Amino acid sequence: MLNMTSASPIVEIDHLSYWYDSSFLTLDNISFRMEQGDLLGIIGPNGAGKTTLFSCILGILTDYRGTVKLFGKEILKNRKALLSEVGYVPQHASIEQSFPANIEEIISFGLLGSIGKYSRSYAKDQVLKAMQIVGLTDKKNKRFNELSSGQQQRVLIAKAMVHNPRLLILDEPTSGIDQETQDRFYELIRKLNAEEKISIILSSHDLDAVSKLANKVACINRKMHFHGDAKDFFGDENMLKTYYESAMQTHLRLHQFNTKSNSQQLPST
Amino acid sequence: MTILEILEFGFMQRALISGIAVAAICSAIGLFLVLRKHSLFGDAMSHVAFGGLSIGLFLNLYPIWTAYAFTIIAALGITKMTDSIKIPPDSSVAILLSSGLAVGIVLISLSGGFSLDLFSFLFGSILLISTQDTITIVFLSIAILAIIAIMYRRLMYITFDEKQASVSGINVKLANYIFIVLAAITVVTSIRLVGVLLISALIVLPNITAILFGKGFKKTAIISTGIAIASVVSGIVISYFANIAPAGAIVLTGVAIFLCTIITRNIRKSIRPIKITEPYLHNRSQE
Repeated sequence: MLNMTSASPIVEIDHLSYWYDSSFLTLDNISFRMEQGDLLGIIGPNGAGKTTLFSCILGILTDYRGTVKLFGKEILKNRKALLSEVGYVPQHASIEQSFPANIEEIISFGLLGSIGKYSRSYAKDQVLKAMQIVGLTDKKNKRFNELSSGQQQRVLIAKAMVHNPRLLILDEPTSGIDQETQDRFYELIRKLNAEEKISIILSSHDLDAVSKLANKVACINRKMHFHGDAKDFFGDENMLKTYYESAMQTHLRLHQFNTKSNSQQLPST
Repeated sequence: MTILEILEFGFMQRALISGIAVAAICSAIGLFLVLRKHSLFGDAMSHVAFGGLSIGLFLNLYPIWTAYAFTIIAALGITKMTDSIKIPPDSSVAILLSSGLAVGIVLISLSGGFSLDLFSFLFGSILLISTQDTITIVFLSIAILAIIAIMYRRLMYITFDEKQASVSGINVKLANYIFIVLAAITVVTSIRLVGVLLISALIVLPNITAILFGKGFKKTAIISTGIAIASVVSGIVISYFANIAPAGAIVLTGVAIFLCTIITRNIRKSIRPIKITEPYLHNRSQE
């Protein structure tokens, strides 16, 4: 059992750099800390390195430079124990829609893996509690493909938090979801942070939602452009102007990289 | 002659016991293969097993053991290759299928043509299942089902979403290797009964049919096992009375259950009353 004191920062990243395909600098010298109870909004354009950052935090990517610590311990040295304290909802869950599992079964997946052995009654209680929090108790026998996209996303949140994690990482959880469902979803995020005391990292393109939900903001675009209080970021017009300018630059940079990669892969005619 | 009377024959007892065991493992392994969209993997494995059987017959060794060894090595090899050089899954199936068959054909041509033994492995033969075979099949089936029972929640999560399973701390790579070895053993174990050419039907059909019932994972697995056992037992009994090949009868029974399920499902859908929504009723009352 790891000695993870509550005084340690939830996430501590120091001089993190990552090269995609050993050639494309995706993260450049990123450093920040996240404290217990924070709801950190991570914003940045497509290709800014948000998902890469999460992959480093979760120890999926290991060949980075710098250090990534969760609860005061290095992720790469204590991955299994640390992940038992983390829930993760990926950007595009590659889920087969016709998978024959009901909601109860899917949520209970979150109890597998790093958290070790548990009793059947504990599992049942935890799944029921998670379903109550996300408001899906009446759907427990439904199959995943019988739910709306908003309800499916709530199932994935319930699965990510069924083992009582201290940190929840949500990678663009509302992409492709209508506005009304998004609003209900954001209300759930607020509830998890305020009532369940779960620290949350939320990456999103929805600046309006991040401004309302997050107390801290990290604006990344390969480099860290801003990290601090949300009100300081959203109250500064220059910050937003810089954000949109840098988004445009990333778009151009990605286009150049893709053009170069394609010309190397395609045979000359 | 009644159905009960045929149980007096030793070969029928052995066939039914082995058949029920094979049905259970094929449906258990098959559910994960079907959901991973690897339905043809069983077919590829059976062709590799054919190569392994040919090696045994060529070298004058017990062919089932060489089939086990060859199939397990080939399955692990192709999984490793798929992992390291990222071959698409359908291509790896094609490689396995053709290379297994090629080994078999080369060895058959070297040994001067098909033997009766090889023919019985191609199409299955309940007459050739010995007491020793029955004991081996039952023992291996219990072992496979026990391992699946221990791993089933992990396998289910990996099948649902491999990346998230990995983030949860599950050793996905190890679980996949164990599963592939179990699949290889299942295919070779089942060959005696349904043969190389029809084994994939026993893996796929019960599961595809069970998925149509639209239940959760546990219930789907139970329904699939029930359908597989019903197909095998009915197929063997029908083959005895109709004097036809058991493997063909087993698979055709499975196909019949599949078609009946689709027809019943469509009839139920068409006679289900249409739900009239409240806004529509409201508009009608205003008219």
